[in-house]
Amino acid sequence: MSSYLLETHGLRKRFGDKLAVADLSLALRPGEVFGFLGPNGAGKTTSLKMILGLLEPSGGHGLLLGKPLGDQGARAKVGFLPEHFRFPDWLTGRELLHFHGRLYGLGGSLLRERSEALLARVDLLDAAHRPLKGYSKGMLQRAGLAAALLNEPQLVFLDEPTSGLDPLGRLLVRDLIRDLRAQGTSVFLNSHLLGEVEATCDRVVFVKQGRVVHEHVLGAHEAHRDVRIRAHGMSDALCVTLASLGEGFVRDGDRASLRVDGDSRLPQIAAAIVNSGAALFELDAAPASLEQLFLAVMGTEQRPG
Amino acid sequence: MTTSAILTIVEMTLHEAARRRILLASLVCGCAFLLLFGIGQHFVLADIEHQGAKGMLRRGFILNFFTLAGLYSVNFLTVMSAVLLPVDTLSGEIASGVLQTVASKPIARRDIVLGKWLAYVLVVGSYLMLLAGGVLLEARLLADFQLPGVGRGLALMFLESIVLVTLSISGGTRLSTVTNGVVAFGLYGLAFIGSWVEQVGGFTGNVGARDVGTVASLIMPSESLWQLAAHHMQPPVMSQLNLTPFSPLSVPSIAMVYWAVGYIVVLLLVALRGFSKRPL
Repeated sequence: MSSYLLETHGLRKRFGDKLAVADLSLALRPGEVFGFLGPNGAGKTTSLKMILGLLEPSGGHGLLLGKPLGDQGARAKVGFLPEHFRFPDWLTGRELLHFHGRLYGLGGSLLRERSEALLARVDLLDAAHRPLKGYSKGMLQRAGLAAALLNEPQLVFLDEPTSGLDPLGRLLVRDLIRDLRAQGTSVFLNSHLLGEVEATCDRVVFVKQGRVVHEHVLGAHEAHRDVRIRAHGMSDALCVTLASLGEGFVRDGDRASLRVDGDSRLPQIAAAIVNSGAALFELDAAPASLEQLFLAVMGTEQRPG
Repeated sequence: MTTSAILTIVEMTLHEAARRRILLASLVCGCAFLLLFGIGQHFVLADIEHQGAKGMLRRGFILNFFTLAGLYSVNFLTVMSAVLLPVDTLSGEIASGVLQTVASKPIARRDIVLGKWLAYVLVVGSYLMLLAGGVLLEARLLADFQLPGVGRGLALMFLESIVLVTLSISGGTRLSTVTNGVVAFGLYGLAFIGSWVEQVGGFTGNVGARDVGTVASLIMPSESLWQLAAHHMQPPVMSQLNLTPFSPLSVPSIAMVYWAVGYIVVLLLVALRGFSKRPL
């Protein structure tokens, strides 16, 4: 029996000549909030669809809750909010939850109670009797989120859950994810909003061209600092010294940057510059952000334009 | 196969038909049709009485022809509904992404197809019974006239509507909405013209023309089922003398009924298989 809720090995998907997912191998542990990051076209949504049985993989294999991908029984314990949540817009919010609940095999008072609790949780109780065609984008997203949680899932897949939400809506989703984690529910989060990911995830993987290229445990590197330097007269020898004090050293004229493992490195950097005879004008250290890590891992060729 | 999942899909599909006013529109148009048919029948009766009835046989022929004309219109409206109502139920929901959230639930994909199929068979069958029942009731109440072989005739018309619902649903698992509609109506048109070619072949004794019609009926048995229904709903003498356009020269064999049933089963299996592998 696998100790992972989800694991994939060499998952691959080809559409004609186009290889959408090359070789996806990942694993998700119970109770974990897992971030799935990558640029547009990295194969994230295709991967998600293969995991959920909406697409048949061209190769590789995987297990979802210990069952092969696409297994009907496993889907009973899984929730899913697609990136573009579409719905029969003639339903009311409450009817939507009842319909989805019945597809999960729920019924009677249990379904009614869960629906009302979730409508209240996503702040849609007052609008629950109105048809969905009158809902705003954010309200629809929240209705979809409630529908994904009806079965009290062990694992929830959220594909861009905060897109279209205002700051209050984002806060609500962030709190909801934290509540899920507190209940022991695992979350697989696919989002472009790195701030959201940083605030909610325990671990993230970066996907590039359908492959996991980097894994990062959030919170484990809180001491890391991104250091920016402006100094005149930096010699090659100084650059070698600075590069040895951290990682990712880059120099551009009088400016340089690197990442260090803690504040203790800052006096060493300042001393190295001054002792080399260079004129130090600026030394700035900021906590390492996921966005910078993302850019470093993905490379500049992934940036649009 | 999960009965509760199928019934949930059936209920939702019927709910959708009601909420989107499809049922209301059908009901209003059906009532308008029946009103017009009733007015027509009134004039036909007045004309028969004005001319002075030359015996019950002539009156019976005229009323039989007029009632069959009413049922022919009902058949055409039912065919349109059978193709148009389900034409985007799968292809449209695949394109919009609605089916992603449904298919990711713990239900088999075949239950989605079967649920939708069953719901539209119920809707189209009810529509047929409402209109055909109305035509027959008006004939009974206004003219005290009853078609022969009504039970068999209506059963064949219902079978024809199931063929077209199944064709429309099956196409929706693989084709886009517009392509699906074009293919379904194209096949219906093929059967229609094939049937006329067969009748002409029967009239002129041209075996080749009759064979072309037979092949067209095998490709799409809808028109043959209507002709068989019309054949059963008129007295043998009327049918044998080919007194009306509803009296086929070449009466389709009962084997066509078995062919149609097999056709439905095969189309449904194609739909189940196509949808089970369909990327969503």
